[in-house]
Amino acid sequence: MNSAAFIVTAIFTVAAALAAATLRNLMHAALSFAAAFVGIAALFFLLGAEFVGLALVFIYIGAVAVLVVFTILLTRRDVGKDRGFNWGGATVAVAVFACLTWSILKTQSLAIGAPHIATLTVKRIGAALMTTYVWPLQCVGILLTAALIGALILVMEERR
Amino acid sequence: MTPTLQVFLIISATLFSIGLLAVLSRRHAIFILIGIEIMLAAANLNFIAFWRFGPQPQPPTGVMIALFSIAIAAAEAAVGLAMVIAVYRHYHTTNVDQLDQLRG
Repeated sequence: MNSAAFIVTAIFTVAAALAAATLRNLMHAALSFAAAFVGIAALFFLLGAEFVGLALVFIYIGAVAVLVVFTILLTRRDVGKDRGFNWGGATVAVAVFACLTWSILKTQSLAIGAPHIATLTVKRIGAALMTTYVWPLQCVGILLTAALIGALILVMEERR
Repeated sequence: MTPTLQVFLIISATLFSIGLLAVLSRRHAIFILIGIEIMLAAANLNFIAFWRFGPQPQPPTGVMIALFSIAIAAAEAAVGLAMVIAVYRHYHTTNVDQLDQLRG
């Protein structure tokens, strides 16, 4: 694992996520959201999970970010009315971050390096999906179909 | 210095807190969905990091959980954005503070 690439990726990811959470302009925030997911996918690549990184790029940047942009455009009249910052929420978020970081740094068994492992090939992932994980795979298929139908029904014009 | 598991967990905690910040401090419904997506991505990063640094990384368990979690997050995003559009059609606002019709 290359540490220089890792540091650059980590800083980029956190900065893009922070921009997505705090920028006033909705469109800029949506683009920073896509950039943050590029960074997270790069972290997955560094961790040796290339297939998940690619799936993240396809699903989040190819589908979810485009959906977010479409929703922003469809609800355009409301853009710009997002009033200021809620400092109570910021305090809770900082407190949660402090607690998590403190407990991670306190736990000595987490300070370990990565062991050497064989490369995870797509063939192995496919074999596992078709054997051990075939029932979860079918359930996810049903869930995605139900979500598709549910989303369609939600946005359908109502007849009175 | 090669990054240890702790470093990845701290990055994941940072992303989770940023998502929580977006959910708690923004009033626009789309921002709240973006925050939830960032929090789910932080959870996925944790799954992958624990799989990579675990003592027995041979069966790709963490990768599988992350894949299913991404699929569920995508379904959640689709339904959530459809709900934002439906709410906007009814109330002509996406500010969650103004959606208080059920308040007693």
